[in-house]
Amino acid sequence: MLKRLIMSREALLFGAIAILCALIATRFPGFVAPSNLVRVFNDTSPLILLAIGQMIVILTKCIDLSVAANLALTGMCVAMLNTVYPDLPIAVTLVIAVGLGALMGMFNGILVWKLAIPPIVVTLGTMTIFRGIIFLVSDGNWVNSHEMSASFKAFPRSEFLGLPMLSWTAILAVIVFTLVMTRTTLGRGFYAVGGNPHAATYTGLNVGRSQFWAFTISGALAGLTGYLWVSRYAVAYVDIAGGFELDVVAACVIGGISIAGGIGTVGGAVLGALFLGVIKNALPVVNISPFWQLAISGAAIIIAVIVNARASREKGRIILKSAEKPA
Amino acid sequence: MQAQASVTATQEAVPVLALDSVTKTFPGVVALNEVKLRLYPGQVTALVGENGAGKSTVVKVLTGIYQPDGGAIRVDGKETRFPTPLDATAAGITAIHQETVLFDELSIAENIFLGHAPRGAFGLIDWAKMEAASRDILQGIGAKLDPRVKLRDLGIANKHLVAIARALSVDARVVIMDEPTAALSHTEIHELYDLVEKLRAQGKAILFISHKFDEIFRIADRYTVFRDGTFVGEGMVDEIDENALIKMMVGRDVSQIFPKRERRIGDEILTVTGYDHPTEFADINFNLRRGEILGFYGLVGAGRSEFMQALFGITTPTKGVTRIDGEIRVIRSPADAIAAGLVYVPEDRGKQGAITALPIFQNVTLASLNRTSKSNFLRLAEEFKLAREYTQRLDLRAASLDTELGTLSGGNQQKVVIAKWLATQPKIIILDEPTKGIDIGSKAAVHEFMAELAGQGLAVIMVSSEIPEILGMSDRVIVMREGRMVAELADADLTPETLVRHAAGI
Repeated sequence: MLKRLIMSREALLFGAIAILCALIATRFPGFVAPSNLVRVFNDTSPLILLAIGQMIVILTKCIDLSVAANLALTGMCVAMLNTVYPDLPIAVTLVIAVGLGALMGMFNGILVWKLAIPPIVVTLGTMTIFRGIIFLVSDGNWVNSHEMSASFKAFPRSEFLGLPMLSWTAILAVIVFTLVMTRTTLGRGFYAVGGNPHAATYTGLNVGRSQFWAFTISGALAGLTGYLWVSRYAVAYVDIAGGFELDVVAACVIGGISIAGGIGTVGGAVLGALFLGVIKNALPVVNISPFWQLAISGAAIIIAVIVNARASREKGRIILKSAEKPA
Repeated sequence: MQAQASVTATQEAVPVLALDSVTKTFPGVVALNEVKLRLYPGQVTALVGENGAGKSTVVKVLTGIYQPDGGAIRVDGKETRFPTPLDATAAGITAIHQETVLFDELSIAENIFLGHAPRGAFGLIDWAKMEAASRDILQGIGAKLDPRVKLRDLGIANKHLVAIARALSVDARVVIMDEPTAALSHTEIHELYDLVEKLRAQGKAILFISHKFDEIFRIADRYTVFRDGTFVGEGMVDEIDENALIKMMVGRDVSQIFPKRERRIGDEILTVTGYDHPTEFADINFNLRRGEILGFYGLVGAGRSEFMQALFGITTPTKGVTRIDGEIRVIRSPADAIAAGLVYVPEDRGKQGAITALPIFQNVTLASLNRTSKSNFLRLAEEFKLAREYTQRLDLRAASLDTELGTLSGGNQQKVVIAKWLATQPKIIILDEPTKGIDIGSKAAVHEFMAELAGQGLAVIMVSSEIPEILGMSDRVIVMREGRMVAELADADLTPETLVRHAAGI
């Protein structure tokens, strides 16, 4: 049991992050100061939120490339809403952001479920559509800091027990989705559907419906992140979080989520996101060019895929009697 | 065997290809036991046998896919070996498989010459030559096809012609046709017969594998019969009749041992009326009682599995009514079926049953989550309890129920899949080819277990293509042919001959 825990993907990745932090600390000791680690975590929170949603989608053998566009569109909508109704309570804004994001996720999900279009095509299409809609609703204009109400901007920064609400949101999402994935029939369904769709069908699970809910969750988290992003940076425009969907997928891959579906944990996705977060925050302070940063992220993805592929390599048939160990 | 006496006229001719006492074993199974087979130029030899008689294994030995463990392959009387399929091709042996192995996105000419295309300057493909040669071959077999057309645009029959043209492009002397008519329509079959006759006239030796007696008597010159991996007899087709051939196919001395069981057949539990499907089956009506094992026999492709999938809600029939315990149950999805107490253990349990990345206990409870969860929240203690109960019933030995299913051996994975279905506490269980591809010891265990289930009052539907299993296990047998029920047999009517007769339509 202990051995399995130590050898698990999550533990390996946690070790890798620790080593990375230690290496950085030799050049820049301030990096591992608790206050700085909190800052890194906070900075990585949006990536964590999106990676959790993406992880569920990938578990069901799909992929959601529209998350960043969803984030930007939701962010623009709530920002514009805020300019019209500056006194709207934050709780209402949050509900609207989650709801809008979920609707966009459902749109992806319906296309995948009912029309059986490959997810990569669906979300590549909706990614462009969502970006286009941002332009339509905003006329290409920015919503700037001075147009947003103070309470709108304050929420992600306001602190509770020394942590900003942005971080708390990520922590809450980690807890909720760990429970969903390990303790509910819905979560079990995601694993079964991605692990073997044929078997899942015969077992009475509806593969398409599971995928629909995965996209809905991914969309809802993207919507939530959309509000947090726009309010934190106090600006909304067409291109925010451009290309961020690739970071999200990368976080999942590094976190040991199998692109073939059926394998992965919330913990893995979070650690994958943190790994990227550490690299992104540490490299500038130790004077490594941002181009190296890209190369290192890319190398991390490939190493992660190799490690995972080796771990889950087919063992082949046991034909020799002597090779069969008593089960 | 007495049939050997009939080999007379061609005795002097040297077979172009022959197998002498060829043996092939797999772990736990003897697929071929000292079989012999002889193919003569200009003659069509039909290879006859039930499912599992070893026909496909012979094809694989002849084409270099399998290496025999004993005996000899002779080409023109000389002992040869085919270490790879390429060596078999070089010896002029070519096989046309049931499903053609061709490339949809390539042209007919490319398909015919893939791997041995004529080369021109700089080693580039000589397209003009390739198309001309393709046209010649296609004309030779009477196919009016343009070699430049993409394969994707052809029907199944024409794809077969391309496969045959491909076979001829390598100057084949032996053409093996493995159930070539299985996917063809009536007129297409006749075109194929013409083609076989053309090939015969060109002096090719043809091995024709078929289940259909009318075909064998229509085009074969000689026959060879296999049964359970052994050679039973051979001879000239015009010296034998259908009855004698059926006897050779099915007549067996000692049948396998099947568990004796007390028949305790109870009330009717399942009534199926008027199941129709536009393309797969029609007019299926039957009933099933508690404690009964109902066999479904037929040739491969008779529509048995297709009907079972419709009954289980995976596909949708155009009409049909299912009554369970006298009540009409609408089954639109597997979930509906499971809720109604009907479960289906599919044929390919590896692909359609096991979720290898999940732990054992989660595989067992997957179909019973409604009982191990409360308002959609899982209760792990309940899950473990259920998983322990059913894995123990199946005598599964595993270190921990928390280990990934993928780490278990194939046999143990099957046990887990069956445990999953039993854990749903079904009233009716459909087992599709429950012992296909497993060794004799495991077969006996599955049979024992099936008898035990029936003894406990479960109603069992067993789809099987193996005659001994059908005879040994079933209380009653429904025979299907070409998507329809053609016979319902029990007791004295239930003999190997009647089964084969109804299934083959003679």
